[in-house]
Amino acid sequence: MSSVRRRRGSEAQSKEIQAEENNKEEEEEEEKEHGEDDNDKNKKKKKMKDEKSKEKQEKKRKWSCIDSCCWFVGCICTVWWLMLFLYKLMPASLPQYVTEAITGPLPDPPGVKLKKEGLTAKHPVVFVPGIVTGGLELWEGHQCAEGLFRKRLWGGTFGEVYKRPSCWAEHMSLDNETGLDPPGIRVRPVSGLVAADYFAPGYFVWAVLIANLAHIGYEEKSMYMAAYDWRISFQNTEVRDRALSRIKSNIELMVATNGGNKAVILPHSMGVLYFLHFMKWVEAPAPMGGGGGSDWCSKYIKAVVNIGGPFLGVPKAIAGLFSAEARDIAVARALAPGFLDNDLFRLQTLQHVMRMTRTWDSTMSMIPRGGETIWGGLDWSPEEGYTPSERKQNSNNTQLTGQETNKTNVNYGRMISFGRDVAEAPSTEIEMTDFRGAIKGHSVANTSCRDVWTEYHDMGVEGVRAVAEHKVYTASSIIDLLQFVAPKMMARGSAHFSYGIADNLDDPKYQHYKYWSNPLETKLPNAPDMEIFSMYGVGLPTERAYIYKLSPYAECYIPFEIDTTAEGPDEDSCLKGGVYTVDGDETVPVLSTGFMCAKGWRGKTRFNPFGIKTYIREYEHSPPANFLEGRGTQSGAHVDIMGNFALIEDVIRVAAGAKGEDLRGDQVYSDIFKWSEKIKLRL
Amino acid sequence: MSFLRRRKPTSTPSSPNSDHNNDDSDIDNDKEKKIIREEKRKNTNTRWSCLDNCWWFVGGVCTVWWFLLFLYNAMPRSIPQYVTEVIAGPMPDPPGIKLAKEGLKANHPVVFVPGIVTCGLELWEGESCADGLFRKRLWGGTFGELYKRPLCWVKHMSLDNETGLDPPGMRIRPVSGLVAADYFAPGFFVWAVLIANLARIGYEEKNMYMASYDWRLSFQNTEVRDQTLSRMKSNIELMVATNGGKKVVVIPHSMGTLYFLHFMKWVEAPAPMGGGGGFDWCAKHIKAVMNIGGPFLGVPKTLAGLFSMEAKDIAIVKAFAPHVLESDVFHFQTLQHLMRMTRTWDSTMSMIPKGGETIWGGLDWSPEGHYECNTKQHKDNHKPSVKNMNYGRLISFGKEVATLHSSKLERLDFKGALKDKKHVNASICDVWTEYHEMGIENVEAIAKYKAYTADSILDLLYFVAPKMMKRGDAHFSHGIADDLDDPKYNHYKYWSNPLATTLPNATDMEIYSMYGVGIPTERAYVYKVNSDSECNIPFKIDTSADGGKDDSCLQGGVYSTDGDETVPVLSSGFMFAKGWRGKTRFNPSGIRTYIREYDHSPPANLLEGRGTQSGAHVDILGNFALIEDIIRVAAGATCEDLGGERVYSDIFKWSEKINLKL
Repeated sequence: MSSVRRRRGSEAQSKEIQAEENNKEEEEEEEKEHGEDDNDKNKKKKKMKDEKSKEKQEKKRKWSCIDSCCWFVGCICTVWWLMLFLYKLMPASLPQYVTEAITGPLPDPPGVKLKKEGLTAKHPVVFVPGIVTGGLELWEGHQCAEGLFRKRLWGGTFGEVYKRPSCWAEHMSLDNETGLDPPGIRVRPVSGLVAADYFAPGYFVWAVLIANLAHIGYEEKSMYMAAYDWRISFQNTEVRDRALSRIKSNIELMVATNGGNKAVILPHSMGVLYFLHFMKWVEAPAPMGGGGGSDWCSKYIKAVVNIGGPFLGVPKAIAGLFSAEARDIAVARALAPGFLDNDLFRLQTLQHVMRMTRTWDSTMSMIPRGGETIWGGLDWSPEEGYTPSERKQNSNNTQLTGQETNKTNVNYGRMISFGRDVAEAPSTEIEMTDFRGAIKGHSVANTSCRDVWTEYHDMGVEGVRAVAEHKVYTASSIIDLLQFVAPKMMARGSAHFSYGIADNLDDPKYQHYKYWSNPLETKLPNAPDMEIFSMYGVGLPTERAYIYKLSPYAECYIPFEIDTTAEGPDEDSCLKGGVYTVDGDETVPVLSTGFMCAKGWRGKTRFNPFGIKTYIREYEHSPPANFLEGRGTQSGAHVDIMGNFALIEDVIRVAAGAKGEDLRGDQVYSDIFKWSEKIKLRL
Repeated sequence: MSFLRRRKPTSTPSSPNSDHNNDDSDIDNDKEKKIIREEKRKNTNTRWSCLDNCWWFVGGVCTVWWFLLFLYNAMPRSIPQYVTEVIAGPMPDPPGIKLAKEGLKANHPVVFVPGIVTCGLELWEGESCADGLFRKRLWGGTFGELYKRPLCWVKHMSLDNETGLDPPGMRIRPVSGLVAADYFAPGFFVWAVLIANLARIGYEEKNMYMASYDWRLSFQNTEVRDQTLSRMKSNIELMVATNGGKKVVVIPHSMGTLYFLHFMKWVEAPAPMGGGGGFDWCAKHIKAVMNIGGPFLGVPKTLAGLFSMEAKDIAIVKAFAPHVLESDVFHFQTLQHLMRMTRTWDSTMSMIPKGGETIWGGLDWSPEGHYECNTKQHKDNHKPSVKNMNYGRLISFGKEVATLHSSKLERLDFKGALKDKKHVNASICDVWTEYHEMGIENVEAIAKYKAYTADSILDLLYFVAPKMMKRGDAHFSHGIADDLDDPKYNHYKYWSNPLATTLPNATDMEIYSMYGVGIPTERAYVYKVNSDSECNIPFKIDTSADGGKDDSCLQGGVYSTDGDETVPVLSSGFMFAKGWRGKTRFNPSGIRTYIREYDHSPPANLLEGRGTQSGAHVDILGNFALIEDIIRVAAGATCEDLGGERVYSDIFKWSEKINLKL
């Protein structure tokens, strides 16, 4: 009886009694039940009912969890939609208004500002994107990539990387022997401005610049994105895709349809090297080159405005090729050591990445060039004496001098050292054993873990130890090192790129295309009216040298890793997490971007026999003041500099007809001229 | 008491102990406060419950939706295909795969020339109402902006009424690259199927080029403003040079065929007006021109569009729901706005029927005279009707006028009628169309002329839209040349009219005309004066005019004939069947011409989408037979290898009836 009553109540609760009317009814029912209660026969039925209702009760209670789940989800969805709706309703000027209220009035974007000054589109503009930033799409693939025809594999949302990672890696890799497409796979660059305006949704590359150029009247007939497959070597883009011919034809077309105004070229990052290659290619006679004749550049090019160009290579490329890690990855490793190395997804991430990137010939275009002459030897480097805080304290010089005396010289010349002590010891104390003689162990202990193949597995333990025992590598010996650890890759690379300094530029061997992208082994074209700008950011610590250690799991993994425990003595130190940093734009050190324009090509030198004018335009990095500014309008970082208002203004002025002098010549914040002095290169 | 007892268990609903209940009352009396509090809570609960239910419901729906979406994504990709195959029988291989198995390889570079409307347009400079749309598509894609800010959209899509170029402060430019016209809207393919199939045999962007252009402009203006023709020339030259000297196969579609005719004359013409390629440029660079659904002699649909801004589809909508399109609910006189916008587009005038009465028929005859609209379906049991259709009267006012013999027709000349200069309705109508300047008298004068042939229709358009036709006249011509050597025909306005130009000197070149047949296509209209002509367009198609059973070609005020739903066979086929066949004065070098017709058969079921055997104007780009032909030619075949001509319609019979000096 009581149980019946109780049940009633609980049921009522679960229903959440809504009105008194209900109560009354139930009371009546209950009274009825009271009367019936006396009846013995009914008791059994009651029990049955009870059980049923208990089941019901249980069901309801079980449901309630899902109910509250649903309730919660619904709540969130509704609120979200409401916010979205409100956001859409909001006038477009509101965010700007808020930003202005917080940070003070925003400056006009340079395009608007210069339009008010009366600038209009004049010279056609060609963008040459760098490595990684250009989109790649699938034209033919294996079974696993079905439905991805003409969808982006690289760039965009990268959705496929998560959905089918090994399929993605398979399609992004090239053939290990030829450096071209593997059979049955065709991945091609996206063409048009969309190729590199945004790298991923919301992450601009060229978009800001394009928008600003459009303000003064540029449109697609006067802008051209020279998209190319940045994975393959420069000459192969012509062999496979006719990319160089397309650039030539499009420049000629644009010059012809824009009233004979010569083109302004804007290469960024690796695109700088690509365009150096193009300038030599276009002059070379037909089978190997474009057959444009020796005056092609002077006829069609007004200025080459290099943005963040790694003319002499990037130390980061070494870390990438040697152990597939840059500082960012090394730091992630230090924080969560198991994460990247584990087999959680049956996916040896780093090994896969390394295997993929090592098939990309283009990465080898950025191995530091010029050897010890440029990058420094065991005991010297052009940047020695640099302290990251130096420039910030320019005003109070007293402190500066005090600091300098305290600092030990950083040996940037030792690009890879095994162990921190080795990195700091004077060269006389280092015992270097030559690794080149070491026999590669062919007794591979780990065939079992070899679902991912990297050339390290062919090296064996002895080879690895020999590499570590050489202890210190300079820019020259590092090439030997790479040839030792990755012979196949370097065999491909040395057919397409060269890293030396030419003794005699007139030697006919330098007509081969492998030298075309090396500024130290080629001459600039015969175009005395042409101008070359080097625009880059400064003020950001940039990787310059590494401290390595043997990886503890050398059996099955990449046997070397950056020693993230190696830290400098204090806050201001250049050594952080196993990486020595120097001034630059976070990716390319100043030495690489600036040296050629500061010294190598300045005036009439043997590399610049016709005296093309060169200008250095540096942009001091200042981080975005607050979150609302996004990636900032005064950034000096390698890619973010494309949104730097000062740089955009310079570019627009040049495109609208200004010369280097009109921009007031050089603009230098770093010590590039001082450092260039120290480099003894025959000019 | 009962109340208390009932309440109590709510606090301990799970306790199974029944004895416990006896003590209830005592405890309760001690804890009055608790009761009150609980009641309060209950009350709040009840108040929330509606919202709660709402959220619960939304949450439920969302969760189920996500779950299904997840399942859908997790589903292997072969399932939909499998289902389709179970229902519809095994699918044939797409032509690309089939031909790749046969060993065909990419050979000749391919150039696509899209038609009107199908190519995307994006914003490069706009007014403040179009903020944030920089380099977003205004035309093509989702058309999202059309709904969000229709007036702003119309304003930006319109051109200057005088020059036919950009209005000041606005720059709308064609999208470039293959993306320009692969899909018109998400899921609505234009070139995508063809591109995908070509890719199967090895084509990629280095040997495919989409010659996108601003289809709103007159053809010569695309060169003046965007240098589009120069770009096309340069890209063709580049592709020929980088593909080992293999000549290109050009594939124009719809209005693109006229555009390419223009291009071929332009490229030969000397430099200031033309491209300066020399007279043998086409011979050196073009292997074949494969026109798809080309309106060489114009499209009657354009007339309806220019005259009253309605095609058959719109006319039917009007009949069903007379007020939807005309109402001012959104302060938006839809048709008028559209008319004002489209009338600024010069390109539409390139498709006004050309050749006048010689081609399209006069008051009492037309080349298609005895065409039977039903023959296709009822070949066996239908007695041939002898009734002569007066297709020649492209526009007639009233059904009886359309059928009456010309001797009985009383026509009053409208050209003498004076235009009213007083605007009756300047205050009411916020949309301006040239009709408002015309006044009622003129509207009546036009209606009294009763029947218009292809010749007089030009006069009519000059009368109702003088500004538009003035612009059009500078860029297009619609007549037949008497003497093609007359130097006046060197002017660019004749270049897109096949009846006023000669084909280039390229004997090795082949010209194909590929089009669908078997779909009723608009050919002539029955009009009436719009009753509430105060503020609206004063003419509209008389949708009540129906032919009934014995005259099935007349439906809803529209006479239809054989064609691909947009272009009648006469327009796409005549030049190939007669005008250019052999050595004629229009084809002095004797370029070989071929007709390839594709009989329309609608998709068997919904799963097939737009069908693989369609003959409709745009859907034919997904027709497997057509794609196969194109791939074969691109891989090096000539028309003989395809099996020569393929004709289903009566085009040769009809062409016979046309007396054109050749």
